[in-house]
Amino acid sequence: MKLMKNKTKLTTITAVLVAGSLLAQPLVNAAENIDLTIVSWGGAYTTSQQKAYHEPYMEKNSGVKITNDDSSNEAVARLRAMKEAGNVTWDLVDVVAADALRLCDEGLAREMDFDKELAKGNDGSSATKDFGDLLVNECFIPQIVYSTTFGYRTDVPEWNGAQPTSIKDVFDLKKFPGKRSLEKRPVNNLEWALLADGVPADKIYDVLSTEAGVKQAFAKLDTIKDDVIWWSAGADTPQRLADGQVVIGSTYNGRLFSVIEEEKQPVAMLWDWQVFDLDGWIVPAGLSADREAAVLDYLKFATDTQRLADQAKYISYGPARKSSAPLVGKHATLGIDMAPHMPTDPKNAKTTLLYNFEWWADNRDEMDQRFQAWLSQ
Amino acid sequence: MESVAQQEQVIDGATLKLRFRRAERRKRYGALLPVLPLLLFIIITFLFPVGEMLLRSIDNKKVPNVLQMSAPLLQQWDASGDALPDDAVYEALLQDFVAGAKDKTITAVGQRLNYEVSGVSSLFRKTARRAKKIEWADAAEAREAMLKIDAKWADVNIWRGIQRFSSATTAGYFLAATDYRYNPAVQEYQKNPEGIYISLFGRTLFISLVITLLTLLLGYPVSFLLSNLPSKAANLLIIFVLLPFWTSLLVRTTSWIVLLQKEGVINDTLVALGIVGDGNRLEIIHNQTGTIVAMTHILLPFMILPLYSVMKTISPYHMRAARSLGANAFTAFRRVYFPQTIPGIGAGVILVFILAIGYYITPELVGGAEGTFISNRIAYHVRSSLNWGLAAALGAMLLVVVLVLYWCYDKIVGVDNMKLG
Repeated sequence: MKLMKNKTKLTTITAVLVAGSLLAQPLVNAAENIDLTIVSWGGAYTTSQQKAYHEPYMEKNSGVKITNDDSSNEAVARLRAMKEAGNVTWDLVDVVAADALRLCDEGLAREMDFDKELAKGNDGSSATKDFGDLLVNECFIPQIVYSTTFGYRTDVPEWNGAQPTSIKDVFDLKKFPGKRSLEKRPVNNLEWALLADGVPADKIYDVLSTEAGVKQAFAKLDTIKDDVIWWSAGADTPQRLADGQVVIGSTYNGRLFSVIEEEKQPVAMLWDWQVFDLDGWIVPAGLSADREAAVLDYLKFATDTQRLADQAKYISYGPARKSSAPLVGKHATLGIDMAPHMPTDPKNAKTTLLYNFEWWADNRDEMDQRFQAWLSQ
Repeated sequence: MESVAQQEQVIDGATLKLRFRRAERRKRYGALLPVLPLLLFIIITFLFPVGEMLLRSIDNKKVPNVLQMSAPLLQQWDASGDALPDDAVYEALLQDFVAGAKDKTITAVGQRLNYEVSGVSSLFRKTARRAKKIEWADAAEAREAMLKIDAKWADVNIWRGIQRFSSATTAGYFLAATDYRYNPAVQEYQKNPEGIYISLFGRTLFISLVITLLTLLLGYPVSFLLSNLPSKAANLLIIFVLLPFWTSLLVRTTSWIVLLQKEGVINDTLVALGIVGDGNRLEIIHNQTGTIVAMTHILLPFMILPLYSVMKTISPYHMRAARSLGANAFTAFRRVYFPQTIPGIGAGVILVFILAIGYYITPELVGGAEGTFISNRIAYHVRSSLNWGLAAALGAMLLVVVLVLYWCYDKIVGVDNMKLG
């Protein structure tokens, strides 16, 4: 009987051990040998992530191989299709905040436990404190603050030495003649039109919620419509500015930094009423346990204080952690100080607009239709 | 005796015929066998997905599936008056919200309804967020709670919108695709003054037609030349036609941007020659002209190749015979040569036109505001706005337009009278 008991005990222990090792085995193997597909925007931005996050991580974890996929601009559509097909092939996706809201709302992104799953700040503050109110929902881990703002050519003879200093100058064809490059969508353009028309920033969305306000915005855009070339890819405006095809144009601030500092073109920044937005990671919902574990491990590393500050060495976007700001140093190859080129730098951020996700979620379909109708008039 | 033999013969004849027919049938099926893989491939990778996508244009199951409790109740509500639905409907909807918030399906419904009534998206999101924390005892309290979350729940137009679009199928996407919009205030569909789709269809057809005519005008003489040169020279020239055909579409489109832009090669040359002033450089890209120029170039091989293959088979003796019988060069061309090239023209025209009408990437890159096609809007709704229902409706309409045009073409020219090579 005693023997029996002992025997049972032994078997139980063996069983537990065996089960334990069986369970542990795939996890260990997975972490050691795994291929992660990380989706981002491509170009200079993916390069900055490759240098600041992927390469140091792969150095530390030799079994992990990171594959880049440049599909972020259609991330929501693709993730939706993947969910419908029941086969999610992406492990981590870089999206803007508006897309993250949509993905989280629809259950396409995994909800995070920020304090548990992300690293503390290097000053010991919890992740929730360190990211602060940039954590716009439960799924989105912000990496950078970027802005959409204007660049202009500094060598336009018709301007007689004058340089644009405010958003009003973008709409002033008399003082600053020449072509403009604006994004082919209503977002930002409607806001800028109203700001240039003298509407105070805190009233923008109230005004836009009225029929008269929308008309006012389009009427203001009408004044420059004939001189606008519309863009749909972030690289268009820098290209057109460099070619001299346009004299003022809106795009993401990091792209303008490349044109100005890396390519040394006669272009300067106009920071007035830059529109702030966030970009960051979401983990797709429904990953297998081992993939999820591998992604979370990567994520903890890639979003810590040092890594976020490192990214600013390669591209001029502001790190999303408060604790990263003091660590922002010099550009990796140019050796110039990056802090003054950040959209969040106090000198650049005198007038900023935070784009209203809620308002656009409600009105985007309608505004877009009106914008298209206005374009083809 | 004789009649029996005759009968046997008749039976024999019949069975023979039957057997023969059977053997024939077997042969036919046998011949189908090698085609089977391709047939399956087309059904699985083409017909099935296209069909599924087209069904999305009327599919609205998402709404009644999520609004399980409230949708049937709401159907009984009389929307024509100004009275709001009963408390019971409020309670049912609140229950749907609690369930929908839990499995994260409710915001997608809000987005769907937002296509028809602006403002529903945020109303749904806000209500779903709060609904999780609400407790209520009876229907009246549920109503109170919803009105407290947002006063919009007392707006009869929101309810009318939800009722109108809560059945399993919808005409909403097709109506939107034809520039109609539901106006809950008067409870009927009205022409949307901001509608763009009908005019966009018109523009797509018009530009495609222009491109087809241009490729024909440019391609006809080229094919004529190619088919009449000695084969050595012709083969060399054919390479010039095929080379761009083999080059990536994106490369060719981007080259046109380099050539046509304001600071581009063509404008620079014209300015250097003094033909246009530096201040009045031509605007030949990011508008309709850009689309027409770039697409004409890109689609030209699709016109030249069928024309060439047809012209190649026309015997030079026909023309010589016509001339020797007294026709002048023009008459000989018009009455003898040209009619023989019609199958090639037919093939080229239909190829170029159908390719042009669904073109996407070139108009996107060089079309600017007024040179884009309906396909660009479809792509926008698939990739950006994620209104797949509307994309499907627009796609279905484009498909129907192409089929109708093909049918007209068959009636006028005859599809049999077409030669692809």
